[in-house]
Amino acid sequence: MDTTPRILMCPPDYYGIEYEINPWMDRQVGSDPAESHRQWRALHDTLVDLGVTVELMEPQPGLPDLVFTANAGLVFGDLFLSSRFRHGVRQGETPHFDRWARAHGFVVEALPPGRNFEGAGDALFCGPTLFAGYRFRSDARSHHWIGERLGVPVLPLELVDPRFYHLDTCFCPLSETAAIYYPGAFDDYGRSVLKGQIGTLIEVSAEEAVSFSCNAVVVGRTVVLNDGAPKLARALNDLGFDSRPLRLTEFIKAGGSAKCLTLYLSTPPWQTAEPDPACTLAHFSTSA
Amino acid sequence: MDRDDRRESHAPEPTSGVIEEVEVRGHIVDSLLLPKILDRILQMGGTFEIRECKIGARRVDPSYARIAIRAASAADLDEILGDLVEHGASPVDPEDAKVEAADISGAFPDHFYSTTNQRTQLRLGGRWIDVSDQEMDCGIAVDPVAKTARCVPMVDVQAGMPIVVGHDGLRVVPTERPREASLFGFMGSGVSSEKPKAVSLQGVADSIRATRAAGKKVLLVGGPAIVHTGSASHVAQLIREGWVQALFAGNALATHDIEQAIYGTSLGVSIDRGESIEHGHEHHLRTINTIRRRGGIKAAVDSGLIRSGIMYECVKHGVDVVLAGSIRDDGPLPEVITDSIRAQARMRESVKDVGFALMIATALHSIATGNLLPAWVKVVCVDINPATVTKLSDRGTFQTVGLVTDVEPFLRSLAGMLSVL
Repeated sequence: MDTTPRILMCPPDYYGIEYEINPWMDRQVGSDPAESHRQWRALHDTLVDLGVTVELMEPQPGLPDLVFTANAGLVFGDLFLSSRFRHGVRQGETPHFDRWARAHGFVVEALPPGRNFEGAGDALFCGPTLFAGYRFRSDARSHHWIGERLGVPVLPLELVDPRFYHLDTCFCPLSETAAIYYPGAFDDYGRSVLKGQIGTLIEVSAEEAVSFSCNAVVVGRTVVLNDGAPKLARALNDLGFDSRPLRLTEFIKAGGSAKCLTLYLSTPPWQTAEPDPACTLAHFSTSA
Repeated sequence: MDRDDRRESHAPEPTSGVIEEVEVRGHIVDSLLLPKILDRILQMGGTFEIRECKIGARRVDPSYARIAIRAASAADLDEILGDLVEHGASPVDPEDAKVEAADISGAFPDHFYSTTNQRTQLRLGGRWIDVSDQEMDCGIAVDPVAKTARCVPMVDVQAGMPIVVGHDGLRVVPTERPREASLFGFMGSGVSSEKPKAVSLQGVADSIRATRAAGKKVLLVGGPAIVHTGSASHVAQLIREGWVQALFAGNALATHDIEQAIYGTSLGVSIDRGESIEHGHEHHLRTINTIRRRGGIKAAVDSGLIRSGIMYECVKHGVDVVLAGSIRDDGPLPEVITDSIRAQARMRESVKDVGFALMIATALHSIATGNLLPAWVKVVCVDINPATVTKLSDRGTFQTVGLVTDVEPFLRSLAGMLSVL
């Protein structure tokens, strides 16, 4: 079995701050296209260097956030569960993501209409369980639907700080039993669930969390993350992980960093939930 | 999050407010979403009742809960529902109840919904509301503007009144048997003379105390055997000490009680000596005649003619007395209501705040009262004849606890137990 990690990225040719849909975005500040390209390229090259097969999709004019491929959908085996973006300005991305997925052998499926779901930005496997963020972008009901659709346990976690509007901005699985998280992004219930379910939880401090250190890409024993989290780097090191800090400040202006710029296409090693062979074939009732 | 304070059921009081049901499915136990939703309801001032809960057998299996939420107003409920939807709950949306305007007065439209004495809820304008004045064998009239519903007897139907027809948008919420180790928990519904009387008696006394402590009324429904057996003074004591707020009886109880007050006899028999008095058989008729000449019981008490007994204490302590007549009555006394429909209406009015009903030695008035009481009012029926108690349960007042015993020792002991002196 091929264990080479495969990740989808989209070059930032049309990336920019053209609207404001989270507290990080400010059209007055804007982004620097040349610097954005340099930072994105550095991430791309780092991943390739770590042995990742990076798939690229074609950027589209008028869709500045297409660069954040984590929000395309949720990949589960051969199934690509397409996102339903909450904000109209991002809904135009869906046909492009779907077309790419279909062209690359995935069975594309969508949630019932009227539900919000923003893909791997809000749904992260750790061990057999899908941890799922809700409130700002995805709905708790969407996650329940996904749990039934995929036949996996789904634990919806309410996100309470608008700066950490996607689960992948405040939570990052490292292995089947370990993850990093920023406690301030969750309420008591969410913190209790995470503590109860995950053996080793590395807490990220508030000042390191705002530099998007939880928005990391894990490849083997290496964690690629935003610059500016020395404490986290030390904690990772104690756990046997290397860290590769990168400067991704141009993307933080839009509320994203390393993880948001990537979508795992292969099953990552920290995910033990496996698709039922019938998963992509079953005609599943959408009335559930 | 206050888990210690969480209860399986914050059973709402059947008073006011609006209700809505939501359902939530998924891994709601492991994700703490179910406790969170319940906590949110309480934090936002609502109450809840879990109507259905299925827990997934394996870790991957989803669980399901259907939760009824009650709030003081529609606006409060909307706020709670708006919040819960965010946490994955969705409203359960059955149909509204069907309503038809009464085509004639004094009768329901065909296919009217016939009520039980159990707590009933009705869906109106997409909301569950409680039906008020719950009573068996009635119809339900709806006020579409005020969004209220109440039980109405057939005779009170006015042409044009919106009446509920069919069974859509209606549900009956069964009254749970109390879990506390009280008379009602202990007795079940069995009727038997072979039950420990002291325990039963203590249960009745405790229930009366609890009813008064809760600010509810105690209703006594009594037959003339109370007087014949020499128990009138015990009942008088209960009234004097504030344990009875309403009395339902007939012409006979009042007549023999006053006969005793005036002549010292009941149906001509000396209460003190137990012997028939010469010309004693005339006493009750002379009593009725005297009271009719005085213009009524109250006037006779006020003038000093009646100085003791049940009716005397009722007048002195403002007990709501309803005397309902029957076909065999002598006289009757002026206060006796001989129009059955009017008597029913007065009784219906009087039972509204009753929390406990003690029915003693009368089949007729007990069944009539049982018909008017909602199922959550505790009823104790005391009679020497088991058939009276059985009959009351058979007519639908199934919450009745029966005590088969002579009424005199029962009332003497009860008055002693409740005595404040």
